[in-house]
Amino acid sequence: MAVAAYRQRGLFARPSATSGWKSWFTTVDHKKIGIMYGVTAFFFFIIGGLEAIAVRLQLAQPNGDVLSNDLYNQFFTMHGLTMIFMVVMPMGVALMNYFIPLMIGARDVAFPRLNAFSYWVFLLGGIFIYSSFFLGGAPDGGWFGYAPLSRTLPSHGMDFYAIGLQILGIASLAGAINFVVTIINMRAPGMTLLRMPVFIWMSLVTSFLLVFAMPVLSIALFQLMFDRLFEANFFNPAAGGDPLLWQHLFWVFGHPEVYILILPAMGIVSEIIPVFSRKPLFGYAAIVFAGAAIGFMGWGVWAHHMFAVGLGPIANSAFALSTMFIAVPTGVKIFNWLGTMWGGSLRFTTPMLFAIGFVSMFVIGGLSGVSHSIVPHDAQQTDTYYIVAHFHYVLFGGALFGVMAGIYYWWPKIFGHMLSEGLGKLNFWLWFIGFNLTFAPMHILGLQGMPRRIASYPDGMGWNMWNFVETIGAFVIAVSVLVFLANVAISRRKKVEAGDDPWDARTLEWSIPSPTPEYNFARVPMVHARDDFWHKKYIDTPDGEPSRVFAGGANGHDEHEDHGVHLPSPSYFPLAAAFGLPVLSYGTIYHSVVGMIAGALILVLGLFAWALEPQFAEGEGGH
Amino acid sequence: MLVQVQSYIFRASMRRPSNLKVSAGRSPRLMKRAFFFACSLSLFVLSACAQDTPQGFLEPEGPIARRADQLWDVTFAIAVVIFVIVQGLLIFAIIRFRERPGREARQFHGNTKVEIVLTVIPALILAGLAVPTVSTVMALSKKPTGDILEIKVLARQFWWEYEYTDLGVITANEMHVPVDTPVYLTLEGDDVIHSFWIPKLTGKQDVVPGRTNNMQFEAENAGETYLGQCTEYCGLSHANMRIRVYTHTQEEFDNWVASQKEPASRPTGALAREGERIFMEEQLPAGGQCINCHAIQGTDAQARTGPDLTHFAARETFAGAIFQNSPDALGAWLRDPPGVKPGSLMPDYGLSEEQIEALVAYLRSLD
Repeated sequence: MAVAAYRQRGLFARPSATSGWKSWFTTVDHKKIGIMYGVTAFFFFIIGGLEAIAVRLQLAQPNGDVLSNDLYNQFFTMHGLTMIFMVVMPMGVALMNYFIPLMIGARDVAFPRLNAFSYWVFLLGGIFIYSSFFLGGAPDGGWFGYAPLSRTLPSHGMDFYAIGLQILGIASLAGAINFVVTIINMRAPGMTLLRMPVFIWMSLVTSFLLVFAMPVLSIALFQLMFDRLFEANFFNPAAGGDPLLWQHLFWVFGHPEVYILILPAMGIVSEIIPVFSRKPLFGYAAIVFAGAAIGFMGWGVWAHHMFAVGLGPIANSAFALSTMFIAVPTGVKIFNWLGTMWGGSLRFTTPMLFAIGFVSMFVIGGLSGVSHSIVPHDAQQTDTYYIVAHFHYVLFGGALFGVMAGIYYWWPKIFGHMLSEGLGKLNFWLWFIGFNLTFAPMHILGLQGMPRRIASYPDGMGWNMWNFVETIGAFVIAVSVLVFLANVAISRRKKVEAGDDPWDARTLEWSIPSPTPEYNFARVPMVHARDDFWHKKYIDTPDGEPSRVFAGGANGHDEHEDHGVHLPSPSYFPLAAAFGLPVLSYGTIYHSVVGMIAGALILVLGLFAWALEPQFAEGEGGH
Repeated sequence: MLVQVQSYIFRASMRRPSNLKVSAGRSPRLMKRAFFFACSLSLFVLSACAQDTPQGFLEPEGPIARRADQLWDVTFAIAVVIFVIVQGLLIFAIIRFRERPGREARQFHGNTKVEIVLTVIPALILAGLAVPTVSTVMALSKKPTGDILEIKVLARQFWWEYEYTDLGVITANEMHVPVDTPVYLTLEGDDVIHSFWIPKLTGKQDVVPGRTNNMQFEAENAGETYLGQCTEYCGLSHANMRIRVYTHTQEEFDNWVASQKEPASRPTGALAREGERIFMEEQLPAGGQCINCHAIQGTDAQARTGPDLTHFAARETFAGAIFQNSPDALGAWLRDPPGVKPGSLMPDYGLSEEQIEALVAYLRSLD
């Protein structure tokens, strides 16, 4: 009855196709959106990687002349922007999108159309920023965009930066709110907060961080946009503006952002290590609280990016202390992963290798991170390759190792077939070796005084050999990525059936068929314990060892029919509304009032049509 | 210090002759030794490559840089120990707990005592690091007293101006200082953010437009040339904004100051005099004049937009200390400044070869 009322009130017909290529444009299914996030992020990963290769070719030898200074500056800026905003963040979002509902026993996220909107805004925002390459030059002020340089660079590049990141910020914000509401409200019966998988916990902390961090960045970008396009003076010291305002705002966003990038990976690893150790996670509560503590403490360390700015001894000391102590919860996590492996029965599958690689590499990034808190020595390290080494150990050795672990781990659930273990291991070892070959020598180069962001360096500084080694390493990573792509292609053709639970895993997503049916759970599961699915498969014998339950336990989904499950209908309007943003943005950059009005109209009309469309497609929903 | 750590660890790893027949069951010991070896190897690589790195800051050559280095030594030693322990445990777990027939995973959820201990120990280590860190921060923030040299540093895209405020000397890119005298810098800028850094003498300090920052250093060895460069990304020629610091005995330094205080010498040769005329009077082909931007003390040229050229010929380098001060390099520079130094604010003035030749002769006469 209520449904019928909605249908009458709706002004627009809803699309109904849930398969075929057209369905991808209108889908609101969290799984399809997750896959699109992943594919898009991987595409950007390849572009960002090619930019890195160009940078490494330029620096392979002294006085490099592969790139002009101008192109070099565009490439290192775009490499950073791409990897952070278009690769690591959306890779995390891809996995969150797909697995948050599955791991908490829900049929979709709380706001399916908003979810689709997030994706389309992300895609269009990425394309918008990249279009600057064809419109006079890409952003060239560094991903950190320090004012006043960023407000005075002559090409439109930094306009695309200031507005493009606001667009990506809208995508992140909408996604984060969606995940927070989903995790808090849509858990299956019995899935209490402290029964949630750690990946869900870390997704929740990450989403909260996004909700609070993105607005801070947006403010800074908004001011930069006004400085550049409308002659404002927020960051213009000659007119009484303050360049440090930018730095404070940027890093108040920027440091939580680091945790936004790494916490999902920590969550992934916390799922994988127990499964392949055949043990519950060691110190579940400690890991959860450590993650939350990092989420809180992450707001109090931003000025360690600014130790050389001249904030004075009191501020520098205070931020040195807070930076040191954020290492404590991080250390707790490392010990707990080790504790999880301790006494286990370890299977070195590809996901496990990437997860262990994560732990090992992240330790290095963590240790070098602590050394930044030694302020007088940070004055030496900062803005050298030592820093570049550090954050690549955290974001590549950490976040990307974690993401790769997650991809290999969850691939069978998403696509129903296994990735090749042989190619997977080759992928891992090339990845591991290439990574260390590229980034370990950067520690040495930094200590030898090589600054960041220099387009070339003279001979005779003692930097030649390691720079050359690093460039070789970058190519090894590239080969590793090719192996991954080959693995995807070959495994797709071979189609080794995965079955529902190929890893003998512990969490709810493995209790349903692979690939996941459209409705996720035929019956909403009832959760009785942490690692509920494991406890349905095994009971603890008196001597503490798990014993298989034979009848009706594993794979306890009895029928696969979607009878009686109603799902949100597809919609045109998330995509349509999202289109307004780049149009509005081009209009703003080129001072075209027509463009601005057209973009705003598309956005507003799209949102209205979205609000006024019926809840269900014709012929659905009434039962 | 680094070399000591390295040799110590190397000796420790070599002390016990490695027994190749160690059975798999006794792998922890083997692992330990392997780790000592790997560690010493990496330190060896680090120290071997520390030779001939003019900007390497692990070999400080002044008391200020050394204070930072001492903190690093402690931090690095602790980090090495933690690294070895954690990676060792990880590798031990990988070998010891790998899946084998008959091996059952022990089902336990945690161990509160171990968890508390492993939380408290890192916290204590970090607290231990915090004390010397904060005290050094406080100590270095104080302006040195007594007989000090004060220099005002002005950072510009993409070069440095040094004004010896008490001595009445202005120069560019190349800083001259006496040894064993604290040097106190006042840093200002008016375009974008730069950062001043001489790794072997002191860590970096950003130069932020609209703010005045200070830093200090002290050199110990006379007759050295220390290299540094801008380390805050500042645009197209960020890589081309270098710093040279020449150290002198007090007597040499006094002589240098005396020579710098002289007004510019008048050119004697006909070509150089023609160059002076062009510099002072001529409207350049692409518009503009040399004296619109540059100062030469003792002449009408008094503008401060570009570097002061009063004693240009006495400098070893020019244009952000990236070119050797030779007639050829100077000619190439005058022919097309942004062509040889991207983003240079000195444009291509369309000078003829004759004009360039004359200007080079004049500039080379300003000793």
